[in-house]
Amino acid sequence: MDEFLRVLLLQEYNTRLVVIGTVLLGIACGTVGSLLLLRRRALVGDVISHATLPGVAIAFIVMLLLGGSGRWSPGLLMGAGCAGLIAAGLVLLIRRTTLLKDDAAMAIVMSTTFGLGIAFLGVIQDLPSGNQAGLDSIIFGKTASMIRSEAIGIGIAAIIILFTCMVLYKEFRLLCFDEHYAGSQGWPVLVLDVGLLTLGTAVTVIGLRAVGLILILAMLVIPAAAARYWTDRLMSMMLTAAGLGAFSAWIGVTISALVPRMPAGAIIVLSASAVFLISILLGTRRGIVMQLWHVVSLKRRVGKQHLLRAIWECSEGQRSVQAAELLQRRSWSARSVDRLLKASRRRHEITIDSGGVMLTDSGAAEARQIVRNHRLWELFLIRHADIAPNHVDRDADAIEHVLGNEMVAELEAALLQDDSLPSSPHVIGGAPS
Amino acid sequence: MSWMWGVDDWIIILGVLAAVACAIPGTFLLLRGMSMMGDAISHAVLPGIAIGFLISGSRDSIWMFAGAALAGIMAAVLTQFLHRVGRLDRGASMGVVFTTFFALGLILIVYTADHVELDPECVLYGAIELAPIDLVSIAGIEVPRSLPVLVVIGLLNLILMILLYKEFKICSFDPAMARASGINVQLMNQILMIMTAATCVACFEVVGSILVVALLVVPAATARLLSDRLNIVLILAMVIGSIGAALGHLAAISIPGWFPIDVPDTSTAGMIAVMTGVIFILAWAFSPRHGLIPRGFHRVRLRIRIASEDALGLFYRSTESQQEMTLWKIRQVLISLTDANLWIAWLAMRQVRRKGLVSIEGDRWTLTEEGHRRASELIRSHRLWEAWLLQHADLAADHVHGQAMRLEHITDQGMRDELAAQTDATDIDPHGRRIPSVDSPQEALDPEVD
Repeated sequence: MDEFLRVLLLQEYNTRLVVIGTVLLGIACGTVGSLLLLRRRALVGDVISHATLPGVAIAFIVMLLLGGSGRWSPGLLMGAGCAGLIAAGLVLLIRRTTLLKDDAAMAIVMSTTFGLGIAFLGVIQDLPSGNQAGLDSIIFGKTASMIRSEAIGIGIAAIIILFTCMVLYKEFRLLCFDEHYAGSQGWPVLVLDVGLLTLGTAVTVIGLRAVGLILILAMLVIPAAAARYWTDRLMSMMLTAAGLGAFSAWIGVTISALVPRMPAGAIIVLSASAVFLISILLGTRRGIVMQLWHVVSLKRRVGKQHLLRAIWECSEGQRSVQAAELLQRRSWSARSVDRLLKASRRRHEITIDSGGVMLTDSGAAEARQIVRNHRLWELFLIRHADIAPNHVDRDADAIEHVLGNEMVAELEAALLQDDSLPSSPHVIGGAPS
Repeated sequence: MSWMWGVDDWIIILGVLAAVACAIPGTFLLLRGMSMMGDAISHAVLPGIAIGFLISGSRDSIWMFAGAALAGIMAAVLTQFLHRVGRLDRGASMGVVFTTFFALGLILIVYTADHVELDPECVLYGAIELAPIDLVSIAGIEVPRSLPVLVVIGLLNLILMILLYKEFKICSFDPAMARASGINVQLMNQILMIMTAATCVACFEVVGSILVVALLVVPAATARLLSDRLNIVLILAMVIGSIGAALGHLAAISIPGWFPIDVPDTSTAGMIAVMTGVIFILAWAFSPRHGLIPRGFHRVRLRIRIASEDALGLFYRSTESQQEMTLWKIRQVLISLTDANLWIAWLAMRQVRRKGLVSIEGDRWTLTEEGHRRASELIRSHRLWEAWLLQHADLAADHVHGQAMRLEHITDQGMRDELAAQTDATDIDPHGRRIPSVDSPQEALDPEVD
């Protein structure tokens, strides 16, 4: 427990360093990832990250040939960045010059560049000076061994990336939402695209050390995808994604510091996945619970409106009606009518006694409004859409539940001059056609 | 190169078998536009493999296959779920699912490695180099342990493909029609996913779970560039994959030896991926129908043909207006008035001379009889088009020339007759010039007509 608190409160110098580095990385990833996600380029991150492997290996060999030790990390990262950009360019080239589609182009570039990297790695590991070069740490990441200069490097890079995102915010927003409009406004779409991919590459490269090249994609995609469930606005999505990225990075690093031999990258990704799971379920914008709630409440409203209209139409609100009478109104089962009746009684819209079902005053007012909307729409269809009177019932049935106040006002202005209830333009309760 | 019988031959056989097994699901993944799904599944089987190991404690167990296939299917289903219910972009939902599975697998493998002898690197990059050492005896013959697995998976894939060829084909090209003709597209999808997952597991020992996608997609994509017929693409994908696998191993054991370093060989799995990539690049460049170079060559030839036709047209017009045309002047006009550049214009002039369409007397170039016939056909097409466009396409008189310049090159005798039938002005074009009739070309050349 003591250790847990020490780690959590960043009391150890090394943990503090690692946490600050990865949290900044999480922020940069969330921000850039949001843009990539909305540009539908999420998987390009995968291609870029796999392609960094041969870049690192080649940079290592070149530096070795130049007489260095080959382990100078800015050099290695530069190689990774170049390779990532070349790979992204290759994907675009394959897509433009062959009949292959995006997915195939990505799979081809990703797998062959990664293969090249593995082949280089096979050679390097057998070299006398290449042993323990630490190159394989970029595949899975090695957060714990992050040193001060690396944390500072990640921090600076993350700040530059964030700054670029803010400066080009307007342009990127246009690019993500309406590429053609951006083009017609004179923005250089290709240059912006390349800029966005460069930012993606930069994030990937600085993340290599922390989570490794296979899982860096998760840092780009998962927080951004999770943020999508909470908001519809780009700015707040970027902020949310940055926050979620930072949070999962922090949790991941903390857990991996506590549990021995845990691959930190994997833990960070799983924390992000947990955050994603919560978001997809509970997100206030598109979360599944929210969606279900909308569906259920719509269903309930539609059921209630059907019932009230059926009761009204049996007698124009004049007398009580029998359940059997209601049953013939629509194609609904006795059980569902029963359930709807009970729900309505709970809401005090109807009273049920031995004489049958009777609308209360408030129920009658509501029912009249629903019937009126229905008939308004029928009249509109007959007058303006040239639909025969015996065909409008079905169409109006579908639309009456979603007519807003404004639409009703407009229909009233066009069709009726007072708030009277027009009589039905067709025979009510005729044999179902 | 350090070839060793009993080792390297087995490695190549295993690689070829893996390539053949992968080509079948790979081709259908490619055609359905789900190549990255292959990548996602190959990453996502990792936790399944780890759990299989954990349960059975050994490498070649049915548990491992079951676990991996289950994980692959779960990944595919979850991706669909996120895409449909979560309304997430397809690529992003793949990214979310497979990285999560992979991370989970990584952790499981680190833990499993404590209990079972299992090297995470072997799962990820394959250990084909070690396969020939790990032998089992089947019917008295010592074979690598992964051989029977690969043979069985390859045969299963083949049988499934032959049985469901028609269904797979329709689903790949027109899912809507497949649904309409009563094929359960969803089921076919699931079968493809299971096939992919099982193949990934069978091959992971050979090429590793990351590079499986190189054998799945790259040979299929290469074959797709070479042929437009499904059965040929399938066969080509198997052949190309096999060549890639064989060359990959040869490269792995020979290429490091070309350099002055003391390294005998490198990763075969990596080199297999690289070699399939090299074959892809060759097909990309040289494929007869879709290759960059044949296509570029074709385009240049077309440009030369158009430029030489334009040159004939210029000769004709200059004769018509009784202007002397020198080679120099024609070339200048070609470059300034048409799309031809200096190089194309030069080649075009060479072509008309070589084909005997013009004759040269000193500095003076004149059309030969054959040249004159071709030129008047072209001019007839041009002027008929101008008349037609003016009459039927509502173009202004000063706009028809540019359109006619383009259309004249793709107009044949039948089209000319049709144009002539549809326009009133069969002998005078909108600019008041005579439309040459091909039957009596001399008439058009008669200076008095103008």
